[in-house]
Amino acid sequence: MRNPIGKKVAQIKPSGIRKFFDIVLETEGAISLGVGEPDFDTPWHIRDEGIYSLEKGRTFYTSNSGLKELRTEVSNYIKRTQGVVYDPIKEIFITVGGSEAIDLAMRAMVDEGDEILIPQPSYVSYEPCAILADAVPVIIELKEENQFRLTAQEVLEKVTDRTKILVLPFPNNPTGAIMEKEDLEEIVKVVIEKDLYVISDEIYGELTYSGRHVSIVSFPGMKERTILINGFSKAYAMTGWRLGYACGPQQIMEQMVKIHQYAIMCAPTTSQYAAVEALKNGDDDVKMMKEQYNQRRRYLLSEFKRLGMPCFEPYGAFYVFPCIKKYAMSSEEFCTKLLKEEKLAVVPGTAFGDCGEGYIRVSYAYSLENLKAAMERLERFINRL
Amino acid sequence: MSKREEILGIIEKNSRIDVHELSVLMGADEILVANELKALEDEGVICGYHTMIDWSKTDIEKVNALIEVKVTPQRGLGFDSIAERIYKYPEVTSVYLMSGGFDLMVILEGKSLHEVASFVSDKLSTLDTVLSTATHFILKKYKDHGTILTKKYEDTREIVSL
Repeated sequence: MRNPIGKKVAQIKPSGIRKFFDIVLETEGAISLGVGEPDFDTPWHIRDEGIYSLEKGRTFYTSNSGLKELRTEVSNYIKRTQGVVYDPIKEIFITVGGSEAIDLAMRAMVDEGDEILIPQPSYVSYEPCAILADAVPVIIELKEENQFRLTAQEVLEKVTDRTKILVLPFPNNPTGAIMEKEDLEEIVKVVIEKDLYVISDEIYGELTYSGRHVSIVSFPGMKERTILINGFSKAYAMTGWRLGYACGPQQIMEQMVKIHQYAIMCAPTTSQYAAVEALKNGDDDVKMMKEQYNQRRRYLLSEFKRLGMPCFEPYGAFYVFPCIKKYAMSSEEFCTKLLKEEKLAVVPGTAFGDCGEGYIRVSYAYSLENLKAAMERLERFINRL
Repeated sequence: MSKREEILGIIEKNSRIDVHELSVLMGADEILVANELKALEDEGVICGYHTMIDWSKTDIEKVNALIEVKVTPQRGLGFDSIAERIYKYPEVTSVYLMSGGFDLMVILEGKSLHEVASFVSDKLSTLDTVLSTATHFILKKYKDHGTILTKKYEDTREIVSL
């Protein structure tokens, strides 16, 4: 029989910590601080709107780009949060989660051999998506001494004539790092000077704890060269609804919609109706969840300090990224041992790129009671080391 | 949000939290938080620290009733004087002045149906200013003080996701 697998897919590595995940699945009764999704249920009024749309029989495809009403709400949302105006018809379309938008943006924009700059540690999909799009992923290793923010210097060191896209994954999963206005200013200069495009993944944009999130699209000249990606999963606790969106120049959107049309048809209709409600009336829910996350963030930081585990203060998302280098173990060893001995699951930093070595990702998308129980286990564990 | 609002938001859900933990969650100085808490108590903003108990899960019998009461307001005193006569009974847990079809909402906790019934017939209805009462017994509490009593939160997420 011929080899059924294509070469390109075969060369994509499965997640480097698959072994660790297998152990996690085998461990019964573990406490986990390992998830990348909110612990809150989707607010009831949003779910209710989804149910209502089903009752009314809205069970058909929407247009490829998504409900006009939803795109209009997205446009209003970006206008009121970033002061940037996107045309709901030509410059916004609805995707199956932010992840689809990442994939489409890369596929729509690169030719074989084009280079995509990917800062790491970061979410796991950028690199494989780049490879699937025939691009060359070029990794920028973010540093704790810069609070895991991206610097202009780091970009300049990796830019070549083939560099076309810079991925901007902030607020960041797994580090919790954010980019503030001053940080972005420097990046913007380089991007314009080197004529790059930006894929700005702002899925955690609502979850910042030191003032409002600033998007790179709010800088002059950047709307024209940025694909802004966001979604409903993190802000409104809607992960299972699989809904996101992409905003950008019409020319690029048209190509992305083309792929979307053939691969996906349209995002789930029920989710789209629910999302309209989320954007219209969900601000208070976001505020409530954010307050809770912030309390938990402070709690964890104070716990790591008490335990003597170095941890920079993250201002975004719902993760902290403490350093475990002093225990002289690899991240994976640390996490495996912690799981085996104390039945506590956290994610090795290496899941998010090689430069995550020496760190662990601890999620605070858990109740305070849960976090407290977990910290007791962690304390017992490190006291034995 | 003001520090005050933040304190109240947290202790409304968890009155057992200590000052140190409260200050950690708020990212505020412990002494400032302690002072603010004291001030809130002194001003009567914080009126007590209670425990929510779902008595139906114990073998202790409790009967709760809501009683709609129509009264004649008294000259110069309005509803306050009659409300006071009612709330002084220890079995009365809450008294509210209401808009709409009746005047006072009286919430009562008794050991038995009989006890509640006799309170209404012997004590409440016989007050001069009380015109009529309508008693509603609570059969089951689904949610109380923002807490769902009938179901426990269950984490159904995948144990690890990236």
